[in-house]
Amino acid sequence: METTTNILYLFGGVVAVLSALTVVGEALRGRVGPGRTNPVVQTFLTRLMSWWIMVILFTITALLGPVALMLLFAFASFAALREFLTFTDKRQADHLSLALAFFVILPLQYVFVGYDLTGLFTVFIPVYAFLLLPIVSALRGDHNRFLSRVAETQWALMICVYCISHVPALLNTKPEGDSGQTVLLIVFFVMVVQIGDLMEYFAGRRFGKRRIAPSLSPKTLEGMATGIACAAATGALLSWITPFGIGAAAAMAALASVTGMFGNLVFAAIKRDKGVKDWSHLIPGQGGFLDQLDSAIFAAPVFYHVTLLMSG
Amino acid sequence: MTRKTPLYRWIAARFTGHLLAFTARFITAVRAEWRGIEPVDKQRVYFANHVSNADMPMIWTVLPHHMRAKTRPVAAADYWLKNKLRAFVGPEVFNCVLVDRRPDARTDDPMAAIRDALNEGSSLIIFPEGNRNMTDDPLLPFRAGLYNMGKSHPHVDLVPTWVANLTTIMPKGEVIPLPLICTVTFGAPLHVGENEDKDVFLERAADALVALAPERDL
Repeated sequence: METTTNILYLFGGVVAVLSALTVVGEALRGRVGPGRTNPVVQTFLTRLMSWWIMVILFTITALLGPVALMLLFAFASFAALREFLTFTDKRQADHLSLALAFFVILPLQYVFVGYDLTGLFTVFIPVYAFLLLPIVSALRGDHNRFLSRVAETQWALMICVYCISHVPALLNTKPEGDSGQTVLLIVFFVMVVQIGDLMEYFAGRRFGKRRIAPSLSPKTLEGMATGIACAAATGALLSWITPFGIGAAAAMAALASVTGMFGNLVFAAIKRDKGVKDWSHLIPGQGGFLDQLDSAIFAAPVFYHVTLLMSG
Repeated sequence: MTRKTPLYRWIAARFTGHLLAFTARFITAVRAEWRGIEPVDKQRVYFANHVSNADMPMIWTVLPHHMRAKTRPVAAADYWLKNKLRAFVGPEVFNCVLVDRRPDARTDDPMAAIRDALNEGSSLIIFPEGNRNMTDDPLLPFRAGLYNMGKSHPHVDLVPTWVANLTTIMPKGEVIPLPLICTVTFGAPLHVGENEDKDVFLERAADALVALAPERDL
């Protein structure tokens, strides 16, 4: 009951922010004048619309509880894996191992997470899938670019299934024996990572100077520092929904935010290598699921394990 | 078409159509890229590469409803009339123009049905390679049909349409399709030049089609 109320409070807060942004966006569109469009304003409004849908969808799943969250993230994994494997190196010899990745390994990973089989879900992909899939590919007898095919498939599984599954795995951390609290921990995680990213983007655009990897990404030191600080502040403000104290919540938020930003940088390198700007076009204005999730993907396993250590 | 079939069959056909489009979208997240044309109501012949039986449903799925209703895939009669289910899906769900591929068995001119469809204002989806391409080359040599359509209906836009990635989604000999992202790219429309030779035109059309293919398909 308390969890539901807290989720609704947070939802109300986010709705207030989105409503304010929507009013600003519509006002800007009004200024452009009827019959004409400004591409920047249009992009902003399209993105905002996607945000509304994502926030509402996420709130509904959070209210429905653990099973719904598990299914939501399993679907996110599926969509992300589909985007990633579309661009990886593969040959027909990999067909069966790729089918196994989609239809066996992905569902099993979420079953293991769902039943809290920690000893299994933390090693299933890095050990068993890692060893099994190359065997399946090798049995077809095609050695062309074998190592790169196998490595890229394994990366796809680690990123899209293993890492993403660590978000719903937070449900299993059960700090102080309260299982309702853990849904809020996911809400906390998602909010601080997203706010850190948004502030990093805006601050970087306004006063960012020193780029951290000029050939890859427009990320700047100033932008990142602002983003991490904002994430930490949000974390401190939201500490009441977490099992952490104020200081620890801020530190966890900063940790999630900084790993997320570097994850975003790694994805920029992958996209540049594969010659893609966006992974897909499924989320209007934002690109694909992977474009939306890249920060959370890197942050999730670290956040999960540090949470486990802290609740020791 | 709608007047000849009973209402319940018509409803079943529309429902099946939506279900197929939804399935195609769910599995391959199929998406249209309107590179050379706009998604507007205009009479066109979409000519596409052919690597699997899923090509035609993919193109059909990405067409917006108002275009889909007026677009008829040209398909082989021997395939779509083989059993009752196919005879329902081909002619009624996809509203196919059926053409007999077997020269020895057919009675009337195979182009006649196509000409009729063009005359009544329908757009068409055709696969000018004739058969599924099982080779490593991006395209097989085109048959003459595309040229003849361009000659007899010069006002109709001939639109090159590349279906990307289907060879990896469902390679020949595999049973399980991979849910990878499929893109259908529509290029700039072509027309047969006034004195253009058949082979010259067909080569130009093939080049325009291959030019739409992403690197990983070649």
